Amino acid sequence: MANKIPRVPVREQDPKVRATNFEEVCYGYNLEEASLEATRCLGCKKPRCVEACPVSVKIPDFIHCIVEGDVAAAARVIAQDSLLPSVCGRVCPQETQCEGACILGVKGEPVAIGKLERFVGDWGREQGVALAEAAPHNGHKVAVVGSGPAGLACAADLAKIGYGVTVFEVLHRAGGVLQYGIPEFRLPKERVVGPEIENVRRLGVKIETDVVVGRTVTVDQLMDEEGFEAVFIGSGAGLPRFMGIPGENLNGVVSANEFLTRTNLMHAYDRQYDTPIYTGGRVVVVGGGNVAMDAVRTAKRLGAEASIVYRRSETELPARREEVHHAKEEGIDFRMLTNPAEILGDERGWVKGIRCVRMELGEPDASGRRSPVEIPGSEFEIPCDVVIMALGTSPNPLIAATTPGLETNRRGCVEATDEGATTREGVFAGGDAVTGAATVILAMGAGRRAAAAIDAYIRSKN
Amino acid sequence: MFKILKKSELAPSIYLMEVEAPRVAHAAQPGQFLIVIVDEKGERIPLTICDYDAAKGTVTIFIQAIGASTMRIAALNEGDGFADFVGPLGQPSELIHYSPERLAATKFMFVAGGLGAAPVYPQVKWLAERGVQADVIIGAKNESLILFEDEFRALTPNVHIATDDGSKGYKGLVTNLLKELVVEQGNRYDCVVAIGPMIMMKFVALTTKELGIPTIASLNTLMVDGTGMCGACRVTVGGKTRFACVEGPEFDAHQVDFDEAMRRQGMYRTIEERRRAAEAERVAGHKCNIGL
Ligand SMILES: Cc1cc2nc3c(=O)[nH]c(=O)nc-3n(C[C@H](O)[C@H](O)[C@H](O)COP(=O)(O)OP(=O)(O)OC[C@H]3O[C@@H](n4cnc5c(N)ncnc54)[C@H](O)[C@@H]3O)c2cc1C
Ligand code: SF4
Ligand code: FES
Repeated sequence: MANKIPRVPVREQDPKVRATNFEEVCYGYNLEEASLEATRCLGCKKPRCVEACPVSVKIPDFIHCIVEGDVAAAARVIAQDSLLPSVCGRVCPQETQCEGACILGVKGEPVAIGKLERFVGDWGREQGVALAEAAPHNGHKVAVVGSGPAGLACAADLAKIGYGVTVFEVLHRAGGVLQYGIPEFRLPKERVVGPEIENVRRLGVKIETDVVVGRTVTVDQLMDEEGFEAVFIGSGAGLPRFMGIPGENLNGVVSANEFLTRTNLMHAYDRQYDTPIYTGGRVVVVGGGNVAMDAVRTAKRLGAEASIVYRRSETELPARREEVHHAKEEGIDFRMLTNPAEILGDERGWVKGIRCVRMELGEPDASGRRSPVEIPGSEFEIPCDVVIMALGTSPNPLIAATTPGLETNRRGCVEATDEGATTREGVFAGGDAVTGAATVILAMGAGRRAAAAIDAYIRSKN
Repeated sequence: MFKILKKSELAPSIYLMEVEAPRVAHAAQPGQFLIVIVDEKGERIPLTICDYDAAKGTVTIFIQAIGASTMRIAALNEGDGFADFVGPLGQPSELIHYSPERLAATKFMFVAGGLGAAPVYPQVKWLAERGVQADVIIGAKNESLILFEDEFRALTPNVHIATDDGSKGYKGLVTNLLKELVVEQGNRYDCVVAIGPMIMMKFVALTTKELGIPTIASLNTLMVDGTGMCGACRVTVGGKTRFACVEGPEFDAHQVDFDEAMRRQGMYRTIEERRRAAEAERVAGHKCNIGL
């Protein structure tokens, strides 16, 4: 019988302290806490949580293993469906997926599935639970473009069944958004991301960094000259969007990608590294997604007074709920129903403020969200030194532009089936490159489905 | 690691390095650039591709020691290497798409200011290999800072020198020399390619606009990734925002907002400068308090 106790709280760093450092915010469960929380699960016959999980992790099964005290078994259950439990446990939007559907959530608090997954992932890694072995090399080579969750998942699955896989990555570190986008305080690089990538390498996957596919080498050259029989494109959606309002090229206006890349990938917050960063004293971040929350909390940690400006209301914020909650605890100022109209500069061309207009919510739009409408005559100014644009991203056109026959849609996303087949034979794609900016779990799932399709394709040709 | 095979000092604090990078060497074309990272703690530094040899698998770059990372690069020796070496990046020069007839019919003038001689060199070489002799103006503060003169003279007879102090060649600005060549000596140019400091490119553009000669400039903006991911390299060209790293680095010079480009180049300067002061103090052996 399930234990009717309240959800076991998770230990976190004190908000006042953590707002000044880059250490991880959430400490996660220890064995005792995880075991107790696990007893809350009802072990539903028709588990709604599993239905709501994009990769159908067998949630009640792994939770049951924790209750039984066999964490290694729990790790193996998760590994059947997910390659990155330590990452997903930390960054998945659980409130709209598994936990949002959990039956306990109807009347009370859902099971802390994310925190349990994280616990199992971390435990498995720290205890060195071996999850998979690579089969002997089958003599076939596959190239993977991009080392984000989509590329890593595809590479790992192919290596496990014997393919020789090389991942080509343009940046100097593997991991995609996990490395350059999501900050240290939410996803530790050395402790979590690094070992996950190491696990993929251990399967025999080669990761070649500093290669720009489309410039250093083209998809055609990989197939015709380097002997790769199939190529998986997991190049993400890295192109930042700007608003097109006056003043956007003033000094002090940056994309969230630039700001986060400087801090995460280039360690600008650490004075031992050479890369500079600029926050002035007051930072305004425009946007309401995970990227906006990451940027604003990073700015705060760098010592700035930091605000979010978002044109809808708080209920529409697309960020994970936990991030919004954490941001508020850390003293981030939220200005909802506010839309920038112009960025104001001083006589030397540096940002001195942002002119905004107040919004109200109108009728629901096509996406079901109530669309914001300007309130006439409501303009006002927010003084600031830096404006960070976190308005979403789209796929980089470079690969499509240099790969004849590879089609994209209006939004620049690679056209691909659910299994990842593109309009070019032998070329597969998945993750943000296909869907536009989405989530880690969806990218990982797409990479795994494409791996299966690539295997079937290569078999059919041989 | 990308190994340095050869290093030479061209002028004070300016070094030429031949680096082993077969993939880049194989793919490079005139007009493109690359990004290097000296070591684990280094910045991503965009550099011009100065020469490349696909057969040998080497790329030649050019580095001026001015910031923390570039000083560490300058300190590297033959046998050392770069942690990272990514490229080629950006669009190749437009001229490589010209038909042979159009190439033969076009009279090119390259205006190279200071370090701009480096990116000009592969273009002039590419043309020379196709039997096209371009004109070149090399501009520098003084004689000791004139780069690549002999290399250019080996490719084309029409190499003009301008120095600020008149220590060699024409005394004065490259723009005045260009004007003199066109207006007084009656030379005809169909295309001017200007590469050098922003301020020089700005004034070359103003001059050629007056003279009615189409002009291309190669913009050395700030960059982080060099692949279109960050927007640090934004420039305004013809009233539109463009990303220099993927859509450039070469643009129609008459359309570029050089004043904005110069201002944006300075975005991190104060911090860099403070950092350099700190580095100097550290070397000098006393504590500093720069309050970043
Ligand atoms: C700041 C931020 C916070 C986020 N927070 C969350 C969150 O909390 N939860 C969540 O689920 N999702 C979050 N996301 C979204 C999530 O990270 C992405 O959906 C996911 O990483 C997509 O994976 P991917 O493998 O498709 O692409 P990416 O992770 O983008 O990886 C693509 C890789 O391909 C490389 N590449 C691109 N072009 C080339 C080329 N031409 N040649 C070689 N390599 C190339 C890129 O450098 C990159 O490393 C966040 C995103 C950002 C930016
Ligand atoms: S829905 Fe909730 S209670 Fe039911 S199996 Fe899933 S986690 Fe357990
Ligand atoms: S340098 Fe980052 S987009 Fe150009």
